[in-house]
Amino acid sequence: MMVTGVTKRISAIRFAMLSPEEIRKMTATKVITADTYDDDGFPIDMGLMDPHLGVIEPGLRCKTCGKKVDECPGHFGHIDLAMPVIHVGYVKEMKKLLQSTCRSCGRLLLTKDQAQEYTKQRNRMEELTGDSFESSYISAESAKDASSKTICPHCDAVQLKITLDKPTTFREEGHKLTPKEVRERLERIPDEDLVVLGIAPSVCRPEWMVLTALPVPPVTVRPSITLDSGDRSEDDVTHKLVDVLRINQRLRENRDAGAPQLIVEDLWELLQYHVTTYFDNQTSGIPPARHRSGRPLKTLVQRLKGKEGRFRSNLSGKRVNFSARTVISPDPMLSINEVGVPMTAARELTVPIRVTDRNLDIAKEMCARGPMPEGTVYRPGVNYVIRTDGRRIKITDKNAETVAEGIEPGYVVERHLLDGDIVLFNRQPSLHRMSIMAHEVRVMPYKTFRFNLCVCPPYNADFDGDEMNLHALQSEEARAEAKVLMRVQEHILSPRFGGPVIGAIHDHITGSFILTHKDSSFTREETMKILEKAGVADLPKPAVKSPVERWTGKQLFSMILPTDLHMKFKSSICQKCSECKKENCENDAFVVIRNGQLISGTIDEKALGAFKGRILDKLSRDYGSDESRAFIDKATKIAVGAITIRGFTTGIDDEDIPNQAKREIDDAMVQARMKVEEHIAAYRNGELEQMPGRSLEETLEVEIMKVLGKARDTAGQIAGRHLGLENSAVIMAKCGARGSMLNLSQMAGAIGQQAVRGERLSRGYWNRTLPHFKQGDLGSQARGFIKNSYKSGLTPSEYFFHSMGGREGLVDTAVRTSRSGYMQRRLINALEDLKVMQDGTVRNTANTIIQFVYGEDNIDPARSVQGDAVDVDDVLLTVLGDKGELIAQIQEKGVVSYGIQDRDMLETPEDSEAGEDSDFDAGGEEG
Amino acid sequence: MANKSTIEVFTRKGVDEKVAKLLVENGYTYTKVARANEKTLRKIEKILGEKKLKRVLNAIKTKDRAPKKKTAKPLKKPKITKKDIPAKIEPPTATEIKMIKMLEKSGKTLPRAVIKDLSTRIEDVKLPEKLLAQVLDLACERFEGHVIDPNESVGIIAAQSIGEPGTQMTMRTFHYAGVAEMNVTLGLPRLIEIVDARRVPSTPIMEIHLEEEARNDLDKVRAIASDIERTTVIDIADVETDISNMEVLVKLDRRKMERKGLTPIEVHKRLSKTKGMKGLIDLREDNIVVRCDEPSYKKLLRLSEDTKSAPIKGIEGIHRAVIRKVGGGYVIYTEGSNLEKVLGHEHIDKSRTTTNSIMEIHEVLGIEAARNSIIEEASKTLEEQGLTVDLRHIMLVSDLMTNDGEVKAIGRHGISGRKSSVLARAAFEITSAHLLRAGMTGEVDSLEGVVENIIVGQPVTVGTGAVNLVWSPTKKGGQKK
Repeated sequence: MMVTGVTKRISAIRFAMLSPEEIRKMTATKVITADTYDDDGFPIDMGLMDPHLGVIEPGLRCKTCGKKVDECPGHFGHIDLAMPVIHVGYVKEMKKLLQSTCRSCGRLLLTKDQAQEYTKQRNRMEELTGDSFESSYISAESAKDASSKTICPHCDAVQLKITLDKPTTFREEGHKLTPKEVRERLERIPDEDLVVLGIAPSVCRPEWMVLTALPVPPVTVRPSITLDSGDRSEDDVTHKLVDVLRINQRLRENRDAGAPQLIVEDLWELLQYHVTTYFDNQTSGIPPARHRSGRPLKTLVQRLKGKEGRFRSNLSGKRVNFSARTVISPDPMLSINEVGVPMTAARELTVPIRVTDRNLDIAKEMCARGPMPEGTVYRPGVNYVIRTDGRRIKITDKNAETVAEGIEPGYVVERHLLDGDIVLFNRQPSLHRMSIMAHEVRVMPYKTFRFNLCVCPPYNADFDGDEMNLHALQSEEARAEAKVLMRVQEHILSPRFGGPVIGAIHDHITGSFILTHKDSSFTREETMKILEKAGVADLPKPAVKSPVERWTGKQLFSMILPTDLHMKFKSSICQKCSECKKENCENDAFVVIRNGQLISGTIDEKALGAFKGRILDKLSRDYGSDESRAFIDKATKIAVGAITIRGFTTGIDDEDIPNQAKREIDDAMVQARMKVEEHIAAYRNGELEQMPGRSLEETLEVEIMKVLGKARDTAGQIAGRHLGLENSAVIMAKCGARGSMLNLSQMAGAIGQQAVRGERLSRGYWNRTLPHFKQGDLGSQARGFIKNSYKSGLTPSEYFFHSMGGREGLVDTAVRTSRSGYMQRRLINALEDLKVMQDGTVRNTANTIIQFVYGEDNIDPARSVQGDAVDVDDVLLTVLGDKGELIAQIQEKGVVSYGIQDRDMLETPEDSEAGEDSDFDAGGEEG
Repeated sequence: MANKSTIEVFTRKGVDEKVAKLLVENGYTYTKVARANEKTLRKIEKILGEKKLKRVLNAIKTKDRAPKKKTAKPLKKPKITKKDIPAKIEPPTATEIKMIKMLEKSGKTLPRAVIKDLSTRIEDVKLPEKLLAQVLDLACERFEGHVIDPNESVGIIAAQSIGEPGTQMTMRTFHYAGVAEMNVTLGLPRLIEIVDARRVPSTPIMEIHLEEEARNDLDKVRAIASDIERTTVIDIADVETDISNMEVLVKLDRRKMERKGLTPIEVHKRLSKTKGMKGLIDLREDNIVVRCDEPSYKKLLRLSEDTKSAPIKGIEGIHRAVIRKVGGGYVIYTEGSNLEKVLGHEHIDKSRTTTNSIMEIHEVLGIEAARNSIIEEASKTLEEQGLTVDLRHIMLVSDLMTNDGEVKAIGRHGISGRKSSVLARAAFEITSAHLLRAGMTGEVDSLEGVVENIIVGQPVTVGTGAVNLVWSPTKKGGQKK
């Protein structure tokens, strides 16, 4: 019977040091020979591969516990060292101990009162801070105090100065202390003095820091690999232990044979070296031990340390079964909650189902289908059946039916994924909690994972070759938690800023713009096509009845809004006129929704977009996640419907401008260049007026940058005059779907100044950027100004300059990812233990109060209204909804533009510029 | 009844109970009597009579007064005028008070920020009380709906919310902020600097506001700025080394000196006080000469260098001061920072003058100020990059960093290095050292944090892992057991 649901917890782990006696007592065997296997390939008794130390070969049994591979955890052995050797990890502690205790009587070099004073302080500190860490400062202080004494207060012996010759040699006034002597001294330190120095005598005696016995880890910890050629390749740790054993052996023989002192000492030192590198092969001051191939050995510390070490790689992160990974692709017909799983993957991933009386027949039927059911329609099969005794039976086509017969209640059937199963979906890097969300499975043909495009922003995914991971959940608790807490619809609002992270992007925004902008209208056939996908059954009354029935886009969009929705806000096509005409805006940029009817305004990024969509914001906060999920699903489909009917394309001819405009741009460029020349001339003649706090050269640079910046803007404006809203590229830029007007003006007008480190280009050759220019040329062309546009094409030197700017961007991105990754790791590590307690305080594991009230108002940022506890405007609007005159009064007061919160701080020109550029350049590099 | 203990205090000191009762009934407590000045003593005398008073005073004095006087050293009161202390919270307006009272009546609470938001909107609107009650009710309802769940792992959310936008930030170190002439570290490097709690930021900057009377007077502002800005000899003069006469010639530049408001005599005076130059300074014509007292070229060269960098006036650490008109008045921005000295300067608005050096704020103004400064600096950095991060996240980080009274860094030398769990520390950085130390001191890891539990493979202690459901079967209900 499989044991489940046992909720035993480890309550604590105590750390301690092993004494030599303990090491000898706990071992399965003593290891004495450096040889591992005999000529027949059998492990030698009392060798490093002694079968008492555990089994690594399948089929064999452990000689100590009698268990098989995977059951036997392995057993320690030990090596008796011929001479004591110092443990590298504790040299600093030993130095401290030697320095602060008497060389003859072993007592701490402090009087009783002094020692007591320190103990008192220590206890007090422990009492106050609740952990032993802070108190370590006090023990360090007491050690420092003691080591400064020159005469023992207990026996009046004169103390000599002890120094540490790194890594492991102690000297007393130049005279070398052997590990044996060190051990003798440490032995003399009484227990009560250790407490003062911060050592717990109950778990650690200082003489144990000088090793007399060395534990040999079980073979399971250092398994040897059999190569294809049949040769055995031993683990690095085994190699190192062989070295230790060999030298240990020689040392013992030489010592017993009464060899000269010099030889014994040399061997002793060699043994010390091997034991040192056995612990840490990166000890500073000694050369690392190397493999025959010249690669440094990976010994104990290296196994634990760092990113690939045991702690970070195996203990903090674990490998899982029931997961899948493949390329992703879009599918706007799926709900945001869903994920399309290819059949091949669905047949590998399984969900355990406990057989009961009620599902016995279904379970039998599924099992009978075997692991690969035939037929074009996907039907779930079964990969494994787990019997009541815990045995797993693999289902094959052959045994499927016989196993199915035998299924009875209490069995567990591992069936294939089905539509509606909850799975976790993830894209690396998992920077925030929205990087792993729970989706419902939709099993589909072909070989990619598919999901709704609105879910791209939280995963930061695109489809240029990205891959994602999927995990099938295995327990009822996990599924319940995932469904309640991790479902996509629960994450529409980001805890980072209290706004939506899931929302329309790219074509969906263009689509909704086309649908709702100004007086767009659709025939009956078109209307039906758009609405049927969204599942809207009732057609409203047509806005125009003759000559043909036509429905306005605003009408269609209103169909998917909740009927009691009231909203007012500005679209992103808003021109930011000095005086807002509200509903009468000629750009149709003022959105008014009354009783779920879109009265005026265009639905674009500000309404639906990820990070900005005001409607999404409002719906998911006030109407709940189900409602807003339904809205996003429908909006996706309507937008796609609208854009399909109208058709939408963009190309290089979207940046066409008349010849007249081109000439104007050229003129502007010539003028800018002349102006730059003027500035340079003024500078050369010393007529340039220096800016306060700037050198003359800097002043010139600032002036030139100003002129050239202006020149690019003028070019952009000239080009912009000929790019109207009938232009597809402009539509995308204006409604926030993709690109910006800056991008367009760079394509049609001029690219402008290229910069490295925020300055004009200046490096390259001696006093010039390229050999095409004269030395010391400060003119616009020589310093990286590009007067051409992407469309007209760049001159060779311009192209080179553009690459220089581009390279900086790439380097920047590379540096940034690693730096910010490390910062985030540190932040997470520092903050991970903080949680809100039942009493509303925020505390850490030491139970220290970090905040008395979370965030000073106890508000969940994910539920906040872009940081505010309550949307005051909305409260007023809701309560005073039918009292028109009162609202008018509030509006006139103009404390804030009522109902309109223009607080999208996400929107800065720089942000969009940088984001856009890197997206174009770096796309498709993952994978 | 309440007087009983008060009487007891007297009797314990040896005062007759009757007398004590009399005193208390007349409103005199022990401390009042003990600290009574002549005037009050005379009043007491009237009640008790001379004899009794003396007895009382004797009783009090012998046992208590004498040692107390010793400890009560006259404290040097720091000179704080009222204008130095900025009003922390604005007093509530009439509308706000009205709302607070209405809330009190219904037993609900709303944060002041929400009340303020509401009141500014309805200030002049005649809103019937009934409607206002409705508004408040709805606001309370919404507020309660937005409250955070217990056991929420707010720390991880905060860390993610600050770390995630890090990838979107620029690396570009230099940029201008407000003042075009000055470079400030911004973006990711600045954010890292803040969480690292560096002693000195890579570009320290001060924003010095001035008092009302000086704010609009450009000449005065210029004078203050030049008083603050560190001026060295090389800024106002050319320094030449005269080898033949073994002396350093300081050729003063009239124009530069005028701009700094200095006269040759002042410079001479200041230089004479400089370390290592005492008695070696001469004023020759309008120039200053530094004589070398040893016939050594090495010494002469060093003297020349020392002279060049000798400070004439200004505050240490402040390399440059720039004046900007911001809003109604002039503000001085400085490169380099020295909050303590600047605050000591005249005409400085102490309540608004700031620096971007968090450690300096901590040292001068204390931990609460440092906490606010971290929040301020971090949110400014994020905002400048166009990234919105909820203030609560930044607050949490700041509160954690300043929790125990000193500014601790996020990382191995700060918070992470001082965690109580061995395993958590080992999993972060310097694995082996932590494990070895744990063995020596016999540390116990009580597995209360997140990583520790992941390491041993059990549910973590935050979120849904923090709660347990216990079912104790009753004999009647469950038939099987």
